[in-house]
Amino acid sequence: MLGYKKVGILIVLCSVFLLAPPHAFAMHIMEGFLPANWAIFWMVLSLPFIVFGIRKIKRLAGEHMNIKMLLGLCGAFAFVLSSLKLPSVTGSCSHPTGVGLAAVLFGPAVSCVMALIVLLFQALLLAHGGLTTLGANVFSMGIAGPVVAYAVYKLMNRSGFSTGASVFAAAALSDLVTYIVTSLQLGLAFPAAEGGVIVSIIKFMGIFAVTQIPLALSEGFLTVIIFNLLLAYNKNDIKELGVLGGRI
Amino acid sequence: MAKKNMLFLAIVVILAVIPILMNKGAEFGGSDGQAEEAIGEIHPDYQPWFESLWEPPSGEIESLLFALQAAIGTGFIAFFFGYFIGKKKGEEQTDR
Repeated sequence: MLGYKKVGILIVLCSVFLLAPPHAFAMHIMEGFLPANWAIFWMVLSLPFIVFGIRKIKRLAGEHMNIKMLLGLCGAFAFVLSSLKLPSVTGSCSHPTGVGLAAVLFGPAVSCVMALIVLLFQALLLAHGGLTTLGANVFSMGIAGPVVAYAVYKLMNRSGFSTGASVFAAAALSDLVTYIVTSLQLGLAFPAAEGGVIVSIIKFMGIFAVTQIPLALSEGFLTVIIFNLLLAYNKNDIKELGVLGGRI
Repeated sequence: MAKKNMLFLAIVVILAVIPILMNKGAEFGGSDGQAEEAIGEIHPDYQPWFESLWEPPSGEIESLLFALQAAIGTGFIAFFFGYFIGKKKGEEQTDR
């Protein structure tokens, strides 16, 4: 049975879905589309996370072979998911991020390095995203989303939700938050002539829409599929990482 | 676990198919273009100040690179689970 605390947590988490953007705007901000001052601002903000993340990965990779393999799996998963351009209900396409898995297993610092690798690949080879907007994109996809994923997972897992439900919510919300933060970044950089930043953010984000939800749900389900496989074949490694706090 | 995973995978496929059936005749273009338009509306005189260093010369090359990205990831995921499933089976056999 769901207790009051659990129901409360679910209501708060579901309310985030109301913030989902009406149109699937840019997953990543395009090359040259952030003014230089904002481009630099987000780069400076993201840099400490990346430095910390690389150090953490070096330390983890030195522990033993299985952990190194798990790190590789997280990177590979982000690679696949961010290459899947899925159709959305508004008649445009966007793609999931795939970094929720790394966030749940290793924390946001590690997932921000995964995001950096994927974003570099796409900026250099696919003209998708960009080098000048790399800092902003790393912040939305690699830091903001994963921080939420990590927090949601820990909160739900400790409150007695099953691991599957916690992973699902963490990955789906991380996907949505990445979108919301991208809209905030664009709104801050391009305030509307009348009404300023807020009007712009609303324009980029919208309030009542449901467009991004199918994509976020897909990301949640795909992450749970991988996590179930890990529980079946790598349970000891996951335990070692301290991921399974509550019941399984 | 396998049954559950197949169900989840089926849901993901359905979630991708529904939008296509719902919006017959829609363009299903990338979302980046829409953001460009929105910026154009808010700040009509904004000029991007940096160009991509390299762009795929055609849609075909672009899909090649996207497929490559997916293939690299999928390849490692398949290797990962092949390795650990085999390892677990091997351990179970030696335990007997």
